[in-house]
Amino acid sequence: MGKWTRRGFITAGVVGGTALVIGVGIRPGNRNSDLEEFVTTEGEYLVNTWVKLDANNNVTAIVPHSEMGQGAQTALTQMLADELDVDWEKVSFIEAPAEDGFANGPLGKGYILGDTKVPELLVGSVDGLFQTVANAMHLQITGGSSSIRATGVYGMRVAGAAAKEMLLAAAAAEWNVPVSKLTAKSGMISDGTRTEHYSSVAAAAGQLQPPYSPTLKTADQFTIMGKSKPRHDIPGKVDGSAKFGIDAEVEGMVYATIAAAPVFGATLKSVNGDTAMAMKGVLDVVSLDDAVAVVANSYWTAKKAVATLDIEWNSVPEDKVDSDGIFEQFQNDINAAITNGKVKSDRDEGDSAAAFASASRVIEREYRVPYLAHACMEPMNALAVVNESGCEVWTGSQNPLGFKHEIAEAIGLEAEKVKVNNLFLGGGFGRRATPDTAIQAAKIAQKIGKPVKLIWSREEDMQHDIYRPAVLSQFRAALDGDGNPVAWENHYVDKHEPVEAPLIPYGIDHQSIGAVDSPTHIPFGPWRSVDHSQHGFFTESFIDELAAEAGQNPFQFRMDRLKAHPRHRKVLALAAEKGHWDAPLPKGRGRGIALQESFGSLVAEVVEVTVTKGQVSVDKVTIAVDTGFAVSPDGVKAQMESGVLYGLTAALYGEISIKNGRVVQGNFDTYPMVRMGTSPVIETHIVNSMASWGGAGEPGTPGIAPALTNAIYAATGTRIRKLPVSNYELNVDFVESNEA
Amino acid sequence: MKISVNGKVHEVDVDPDTPLLWVIREQLGLTGTKFGCGIAQCGACTMHIDGNPTRTCVLPVAAVAGAEITTIEGIGTEGGLHQVQEAWIAEQVPQCGYCQSGQIMSAVALLDSNPNPTDEDINRAMSGNVCRCGMYGRIRSAIKLAATGDVAIFDPKASVSEGEMQNG
Repeated sequence: MGKWTRRGFITAGVVGGTALVIGVGIRPGNRNSDLEEFVTTEGEYLVNTWVKLDANNNVTAIVPHSEMGQGAQTALTQMLADELDVDWEKVSFIEAPAEDGFANGPLGKGYILGDTKVPELLVGSVDGLFQTVANAMHLQITGGSSSIRATGVYGMRVAGAAAKEMLLAAAAAEWNVPVSKLTAKSGMISDGTRTEHYSSVAAAAGQLQPPYSPTLKTADQFTIMGKSKPRHDIPGKVDGSAKFGIDAEVEGMVYATIAAAPVFGATLKSVNGDTAMAMKGVLDVVSLDDAVAVVANSYWTAKKAVATLDIEWNSVPEDKVDSDGIFEQFQNDINAAITNGKVKSDRDEGDSAAAFASASRVIEREYRVPYLAHACMEPMNALAVVNESGCEVWTGSQNPLGFKHEIAEAIGLEAEKVKVNNLFLGGGFGRRATPDTAIQAAKIAQKIGKPVKLIWSREEDMQHDIYRPAVLSQFRAALDGDGNPVAWENHYVDKHEPVEAPLIPYGIDHQSIGAVDSPTHIPFGPWRSVDHSQHGFFTESFIDELAAEAGQNPFQFRMDRLKAHPRHRKVLALAAEKGHWDAPLPKGRGRGIALQESFGSLVAEVVEVTVTKGQVSVDKVTIAVDTGFAVSPDGVKAQMESGVLYGLTAALYGEISIKNGRVVQGNFDTYPMVRMGTSPVIETHIVNSMASWGGAGEPGTPGIAPALTNAIYAATGTRIRKLPVSNYELNVDFVESNEA
Repeated sequence: MKISVNGKVHEVDVDPDTPLLWVIREQLGLTGTKFGCGIAQCGACTMHIDGNPTRTCVLPVAAVAGAEITTIEGIGTEGGLHQVQEAWIAEQVPQCGYCQSGQIMSAVALLDSNPNPTDEDINRAMSGNVCRCGMYGRIRSAIKLAATGDVAIFDPKASVSEGEMQNG
């Protein structure tokens, strides 16, 4: 996030005669950044937040982020309302896009949705941007745990503060008193004797020049930030009224489901749909390049019919690929890259070669993580209509703007002719940043000339995900005569985002960390915490092994190497204290600890396990988290709980394996989940360090796998180096469990 | 055929093997109940059939002729939400929310048959419902809160529990 400044571009004006509207466009403050080539001219604004104050003093925030349960829409609105100094009950929000009339006027210029003009350079590269620079800049992408730290800090707070300054200036002019005599509170302006609603000067404020850099509140002035406001989206999610993508309906809609080529990259050779077409209710069999869809008058009919299709796929060389071969390829590619000097360096400090040459002992370890599916509760789906006026799509997207452009390109329309309506996301976790399903729906709709709701089966969803990559990571450490590590070397395959994921905070003099390319045919993409999801496991496992090699307490071993990082020390020590790190446990039980900085936040986790008859029970997870400042403490807690559970399911059971080029698993029977009875107690402790504000949606995930496996090591002496845990036989014959 | 849903009888024209879930969603337009897996492994499709929590993604509609079917849309009272729904708001349970109709239907059925469930009872009754956002702890708390019969009507403007926080 260091590339951004608070410098936003602020516009203001009046709509409908009386409503004050303030917009903030965020752009990179540092023109030397990687973003320069993408954003070069005035008027190209990547994230826009807007606030409207109407004649009745009601405030509406327009939030450019999807809601997938992370609560960002509510928290972002808190940030705006606090800076604006209005009462929480007077504030509502809507997800962008706004009403057409509002977005279309001159004030809407630069608005990234609606009738936006996006720089052409950006259009085709939304996906690539996510992988490279979008973590910070957010092309209306909800991901990278950046709603609060980017849109909130640089957009929402600035918009609220600017609006308040303009209202105060307008009142000062109208009342003929110095602005310094005025106070703003609860949506009212007062000079001590006279008190008026903000709205009384809204029209006048709209005529003023917006402040270039409005003064933001200091933490002691916060009244709404730092309070846990109930999420606006929750009531609709308990009575069944919340509309998700799969719930969208339009007049005349038909249903489709699909069978895609099981081997990624294979294409359709032929299909015989005679049996399907003979079934009552089947309307069409539609061939796409790499899939066949059945269209019917109900999902069930389409699902039954798709099973009858006789499909032949073109064979591809990847037909023979399996998981073992992929990991073998990774090993070979790492070895070759080291030999050929093709390792791409992430960090090269000190003189590792010399340190290894003079080491008393060298420790070598290899770790592996498998492909993972996102397995969102809501299977992929989209409703599309294509007619002479264009294409309209209803779906749940983490990147509606990107969807719009990619759909347009896929079906050969101008982007202006594609409208994407974003509904609630039944889980996103990175999966709903890719528009594959929406594109399929649009293509089918285009071919059949009817509105069509495409719903993937769970099996299709699991076997055609955009997977968390499988990764192999090799480590070496050079130890001195006392067993202390003096050099840390790490080579791994498949580097994506964030770039700092493999780096460690520990004070080890000589460090050599680098990536090796080893592409496979398996589609990959962001999965909650992205590269941190694997590197958190790798680095926090290896540091734990080094502590064990040195015969030291793994907590103290880490603390001793964090002298330059007081924030890290604080969360680690707090997690250890609250997790009763030093309290003895009976045999068969153990605690593990892990620390990970990601997305601007620090999270330390202590996990307590019981291993009985080979079965791991995760009893408790204690978390200390420093997001800089917790805008919604309950929201941060909820995200920690959620991030931990997501990572715990993966660590315990998660494995997408490849056989004959295709995914083996298909549903929750073969891709198991943590459930009520296997879910640990999770206790979260928040540290408000007031360092720069970080994200919350992802940082809970990376630390859980290593804290868990470190705990299993403490309980059993078995070191788990290949996830998932369920592949290990943990036969511990000495256990006499206290558990019922 | 006729089916009785939330106290109203509906005539539906579907193949008898169609799972009840799809009849409710597509024919009756009640979309609060969700599709998750299609093999009764995740619980998103849970409805009450004569009061029993049932996975309706594998339940042919022909099997429920004459039964009373209740969906998430049917558990509230005339005046407002069911106590369990109120507890869900009070504990701020849902994240993405997609599984929550099914979770709530399982919880309502549990409390109807067992007004004071133990943790073990909760584990058993809720084991068929997956929450990918991992809100099991909050679901457990909400069930216990609802069991007290003392869920305050939630004030959506009030702050929820702050938890423990440290400055530093």
